[in-house]
Amino acid sequence: MSEKEKEIDESSGIETTGHEWDGIKELNNPLPRWWLWTFYAAIVFSIGYIIWYPAIPLLNASTMGISGTTNRGILSEQLKAVEEGRRATVEKLAASDLEVIRADAELSRFAAAGGSSLFKVYCTQCHGSGASGSPGYPNLNDDDWLWGGDLESIYTSIKHGIRNDVDDDTRDSLMPSFGADGLLEAAEIKAVVEYVLQISDLEFDPALAQTGRQLFADNCTSCHGENGKGDREFGGPNLADSIVLYGSDRASLRAQINKPKHGVMPPWGDKLTEAGVKQLAIYVHGLGGGEKAKAE
Amino acid sequence: MLTTEKSASTEPGIENFDAEAVNSKEKRVLYEARKKIHPKRAVGWFRGLKWWIMGVTLGIYYLTPWLRWYRGPDAPDQAVLVDLANRRFYFFFIEIWPHEFFFVAGMLVMAGIGLFLVTSTLGRAWCGYACPQTVWVDLYLVVERYFEGDRNARIKLDAAPWSASKITKRTFKHIVWILIGFATGGAWIFYFADTPTLAIEFFTGQAAFVAYATVAILTATTYVFGGFMREQVCTYMCPWPRIQAAMLDEHSLTVTYNDWRGEPRDRHAKRMRAAGEYVGDCVDCNACVAVCPMGIDIRDGQQMECITCALCIDACDGVMSKLGLEKGLIAYTTLEEYGSNMQLATGGNGDDGDDGGNWLADGIGSVTIRPQNIRGSDGKLVDAVKHTDLRSLLRPRTIIYTAIYAAIGVALLWALAVRDTLKVNLLHDRNPVFTVLSDGAIRNGYEIKILNMTGESRSFLVTVDGLPGATMKTSGSAAPESRSLRIEARADKLQASRIFVRVPKDRIGGSETDFAFKILAIGGSDQTTAAAKFEAPSIFDK
Repeated sequence: MSEKEKEIDESSGIETTGHEWDGIKELNNPLPRWWLWTFYAAIVFSIGYIIWYPAIPLLNASTMGISGTTNRGILSEQLKAVEEGRRATVEKLAASDLEVIRADAELSRFAAAGGSSLFKVYCTQCHGSGASGSPGYPNLNDDDWLWGGDLESIYTSIKHGIRNDVDDDTRDSLMPSFGADGLLEAAEIKAVVEYVLQISDLEFDPALAQTGRQLFADNCTSCHGENGKGDREFGGPNLADSIVLYGSDRASLRAQINKPKHGVMPPWGDKLTEAGVKQLAIYVHGLGGGEKAKAE
Repeated sequence: MLTTEKSASTEPGIENFDAEAVNSKEKRVLYEARKKIHPKRAVGWFRGLKWWIMGVTLGIYYLTPWLRWYRGPDAPDQAVLVDLANRRFYFFFIEIWPHEFFFVAGMLVMAGIGLFLVTSTLGRAWCGYACPQTVWVDLYLVVERYFEGDRNARIKLDAAPWSASKITKRTFKHIVWILIGFATGGAWIFYFADTPTLAIEFFTGQAAFVAYATVAILTATTYVFGGFMREQVCTYMCPWPRIQAAMLDEHSLTVTYNDWRGEPRDRHAKRMRAAGEYVGDCVDCNACVAVCPMGIDIRDGQQMECITCALCIDACDGVMSKLGLEKGLIAYTTLEEYGSNMQLATGGNGDDGDDGGNWLADGIGSVTIRPQNIRGSDGKLVDAVKHTDLRSLLRPRTIIYTAIYAAIGVALLWALAVRDTLKVNLLHDRNPVFTVLSDGAIRNGYEIKILNMTGESRSFLVTVDGLPGATMKTSGSAAPESRSLRIEARADKLQASRIFVRVPKDRIGGSETDFAFKILAIGGSDQTTAAAKFEAPSIFDK
């Protein structure tokens, strides 16, 4: 390369680059130094970045980077840290009596919040997002409980489930198929339905209800109790209140006596931790229908 | 006729400065690397005022976080505190919750209107006196002057080769600059936490990372802005110089060179006068240029760079008194007054008459100023010369600004005086909207948030009004349902509770009943109501 004489532009006093197009010459105004050095520094930084972090996409994954850091890994570390921070409270929950948890403002708030999020994951499929249930699936907001509404009963129902064949301690009961198995004649079922309507405070046929009353006393009171007030020992629903699980019209009642449907719930004690089940119990109890602990 | 001839001989007693305006009008190019400005120390009334303002504003900034204000055992005792973690703002007896942010918004509106008011009357008084950039640059200049001497000594030192003495001076200067920057950044974080605690934590390495980062950033910006960038911040970074052009009008006071009495300028005024020539008052000593921190020549007329710090007024007034002439060759003047005096001085010869005497539009250079028009044979200014009349401050525009400013201020004070110390937010459950109970009664759930905006823990009695037969309980409570509930709220805290309201079947009036929760502070006079709806199935609509 020969040392060329630098040409200086007359009007601006700045040297030219020597490039010329149709008589138009390019002045040599270099980039500001700070800009240039920032640019070089960025290049150096990016090389280090590519080596240190996962960066270059490949067919199935990407280069891993020597740090081994991934967003997924960072998230799981953060989750672990959160869990670690809660450990003491969670252990306290698992070890404490339910009534003790309920009476402790801090613990019960923690349990209700945790229970709320567990409920949304595991329970809403059947009981609904607002816990208000649907035909066949109990509303957990109300004060009508099949198996008991105190903390201990709710806890047991969640832990062992209802009528499942997994847990040996599951809550279990079976209403006979009075019609399908020929225990009652169709006319007798009709009469029992009228009696049930009567005790539910709905419109009924007085003549038939009179017959139904005797039939009810003979066949139903062992589980549904005298006057149809239910028996929580067997999960026998209260038939004398305003809440009916499978429908309160004549056809629904008839169908239920003929060949009853039975609700089933899995045992959550298998899936959730002891603290998790307790959190759910506190949450469900706090939905509004929770009852006081039974006197021992 | 401008005299451009430079000469060593001067008026007796007047020092001539070999000062050239760094940002002079003629030499302005599109881009140029910064040339360092070496402002000379000014002495005079405005400089004195600026020392006071500097002392007071810096004092307020550095000392405020250390002021204490007792608010009770459960509240912070710092007079001014922005408590981000707990979402509270404390200002002496005032405490603001997030939902009261309108106080801050109102104060920002007042600050905006205040700036309009000040600018339309006093021009860029904010820029020249109170802007942190101006104040801190002034402080940095004090340090610079202490270690390196005044203007001439600093210019000499800049040009001098590196020596032990130069290195020592520079080192000390930069150390003190950085310490000031550090104190500035340090004071800033004290507004966001308990100052004595944070100070100990900070120096023992226990403070949060964000505290160190904030101090580091503010130390760096203070050091760079105050020590190096200085007037460039005002000219190139700040939007206010651009906005002020729209805020000023012909009645606003601005720092003005009164060329109607200054021109034609001449360094040998006395000799010229003795020779029977008419010359202006300006002896071209460049004192105004030497003191200018913005590096401009005020004699070029109004310029965007001028922050109206008035130091050139001080410099020129000193010269004028030595010359035995009236002060105010450079002075706070309105454009209107200036135009009228120009008219007088030129006899109207340069005004093309189509814009009501707007001399700036006509171009000053094109007119001939006749000193004999404004100065009588006795050497005094003639009576026709207009002088600054403070009544020009009072005009519809400034009155409207003042009225808006005062109205917002009064509204905020009123809002503060009647500020609630109890507030209730109510949220009706959406899922489910209502629950049917086994006896047919209907239950609704509500989330009720009680804001106890006082410094003491209080109990509140919650009752319902307009819902016959209603009973209540709180979620998870073992207590039986009752006609009223008692909710405890800790000092200065929000208490959220879930409450259930139950109405028996035979007392429900329809699918939707309006009623209200009444919340009463037990043992106090605070009470409030929260409107609510009680929802029920549509079968209750008759």
